[in-house]
Amino acid sequence: MIGKPSPTAPFVRKHMLPAEVPPARASGAPKWLRENLFSSWANTALTLFGLFILYLLVSHFAPWFLHGVWQADSLAQCRQIIAERWGEGASGACWAVIRARWTQFLFGFYPSQLYWRPVLAFVLMFVAIAPVLFTQLPRKMLWFTLAYPLVAIWLLWGGSIWPVAMIAVGFALGALAYRLLALRSSLLASLAAIAVPLLFWSFLTGPIDSVLTSVVPLAIQPVPSREFGGFLLAIVLGLGGIAMSLPLGIVLALGRQSDMFLIKTFSVMFIEFIRGVPLIALLFVASLLLNYFLPPGTNFDIILRVMILVTLFSAAYIAEVIRGGLAALPRGQYEAADALGLDYWKAQRLIILPQALKISIPGIVSTFIGMFKDTTLVTFVGLFEPLKSIPDTIRADFAWKGVYWEPFVFVGAIFFLFNFGMSRYSMYLERKLKRDYR
Amino acid sequence: MTQAQAQKLQVSDEVAIQIEKMNKWYGQFHVLRDIDLTVHRGERIVIAGPSGSGKSTMIRCINRLEEHQSGKIIVDGTELTSDLKNIDKVRSEVGMVFQHFNLFPHLTILENCTLAPIWVRKVPKKEAEETAMYFLEKVKIPEQADKYPGQLSGGQQQRVAIARSLCMRPRIMLFDEPTSALDPEMIKEVLDTMIQLAEEGMTMLCVTHEMGFAQAVANRVIFMADGQIIEQNNPHDFFHNPQSERTKQFLSQILGH
Ligand SMILES: Nc1ncnc2c1ncn2[C@@H]1O[C@H](COP(=O)(O)OP(=O)(O)O)[C@@H](O)[C@H]1O
Ligand SMILES: [Mg+2]
Repeated sequence: MIGKPSPTAPFVRKHMLPAEVPPARASGAPKWLRENLFSSWANTALTLFGLFILYLLVSHFAPWFLHGVWQADSLAQCRQIIAERWGEGASGACWAVIRARWTQFLFGFYPSQLYWRPVLAFVLMFVAIAPVLFTQLPRKMLWFTLAYPLVAIWLLWGGSIWPVAMIAVGFALGALAYRLLALRSSLLASLAAIAVPLLFWSFLTGPIDSVLTSVVPLAIQPVPSREFGGFLLAIVLGLGGIAMSLPLGIVLALGRQSDMFLIKTFSVMFIEFIRGVPLIALLFVASLLLNYFLPPGTNFDIILRVMILVTLFSAAYIAEVIRGGLAALPRGQYEAADALGLDYWKAQRLIILPQALKISIPGIVSTFIGMFKDTTLVTFVGLFEPLKSIPDTIRADFAWKGVYWEPFVFVGAIFFLFNFGMSRYSMYLERKLKRDYR
Repeated sequence: MTQAQAQKLQVSDEVAIQIEKMNKWYGQFHVLRDIDLTVHRGERIVIAGPSGSGKSTMIRCINRLEEHQSGKIIVDGTELTSDLKNIDKVRSEVGMVFQHFNLFPHLTILENCTLAPIWVRKVPKKEAEETAMYFLEKVKIPEQADKYPGQLSGGQQQRVAIARSLCMRPRIMLFDEPTSALDPEMIKEVLDTMIQLAEEGMTMLCVTHEMGFAQAVANRVIFMADGQIIEQNNPHDFFHNPQSERTKQFLSQILGH
């Protein structure tokens, strides 16, 4: 309540002043330039130096891009056209090689009459990841996301549908076993959820398969892994690796924080070992050593082997990123969850991980981007990744011998598109989660 | 304390918490020494004492946020051992309110209140939400149900934390300095909520420096120092006729004369 001012007070404000608009200052382009580029002598010098570098780059590469030739049958023809158009000695890109061989960059040696299968799988991929990326979408779509890996496997590798269906049945049986036993004991239920599918796959799948195949022979043309290549291979490895390394990374991060000595030691050793070894060494292990350990005659798919190793590799990094997120949570969150009677797994799933993962998003996405780019290293185990193996095979054709920069630029641009997309998405997600919180 | 006095302090014959010769160490550091404490159903106990005297540690032992190394703690007839079943049972009967609220920042107020009933008590979502709204009304902030904790003031957050605990229908409530992190003008709204709870007969153990609250609602004040219970008495005698030197010293500091 505002009473009468005391007579001795020198000044008492009676009315609150209204808020004023900020003073109009110089605005627009000149202001921006002055503040950002020419605010001091040093800044001005740096700006000029930057402009100079930019000029060097553009003046070097712009002609090469602008003189590009799209219609030609060989590198020699490209060069001839460039010389005719722009004068002797002019540089220019021979995009004709991309035009002639783009299918190889995308699909490797996948049979061309079957291209629709990877294309369909690629389109369905967006349908499958959409509900994961955007929570506004109906949650029912997640059922398709769950089924997508099997759909994609069948579309890409082809063959009979029954083995793929049996994988699904195995998971379903595991889920059923868990449901039935969860009320008794969650440990027993978890064990059953692992054991039941494994037993099913090792003993029952074979006979059921052969019976079903003889009754309903539902199959499409099989494509062996060796024919996969280009971005098809990179995306299969990258997406498979991402999908599997996130859960594995979470488990490892929790394992590293565990009170149980064995679990903690194993997690620490695994993480430190993987992080200490170059990925290429692991890939060689995948291609060579695994053969020694596996029973002779087992046909363990090379793409699957490489995918597993790539997954293990990035899971170790993801685990460390998530550990940072876990460490950043105040202890009070754990205590409140405990005090409310939530058990370890529920507390992790409902309270701890949602917050820790949110903090870890930038690091997780960086790891994914790194992993996607690292899939090009599979060139060393003889798979046809798009950056080196595919251009090598193209150059083996006499017509395109000597083509170097164009494939790099093309493949680099496509990688950039994917990775820039991921990076943008992670920024969107960070903003969205921040907005949600306050 | 004479037998007659002890009789007067009792609210009900039923024992809610029984602590016998309880000891706890942090490494070599002996935090709690031979704690003996019996709490009857319906009792409101205020625990006071200098900082570092083990008040928090003691009440955190009651719902096993801390583990004691010797002696017995029996809550509602269930002894706290390393048996996880017992721990879960005790935790679902004992609610706790923390100094820093510890609300879950990624969940709305309503979700904060329904999470444990749904996942621990397996209450249907609809019913859990009704219960949550009932208690949010009780702490006088039903209109904030869809906001996130970060959007609320400290006092409102602490009232939500109380409602969140109550949604589990606990029989005992523990408070660890519930008003210490609050700006002065918000302390009253939280204390009012606690007084209301006390009037309804909740068994409460409350670590606090709010001596006004102690005088108004407690039926026993416990003074701790150096990990021991030095003195316990009804509020009137505790404040007007303290027995030990440590208590007198503490009271003169805290009451400012
Ligand atoms: N996790 C811990 N590890 C080691 N010492 C601790 C830990 N928690 C508390 N202490 C020590 O135990 C003593 C009692 O702490 P606390 O129960 O929090 O006191 P109060 O709540 O009475 O201020 C203090 O000296 C404190 O430093
Ligand atoms: Mg304390």
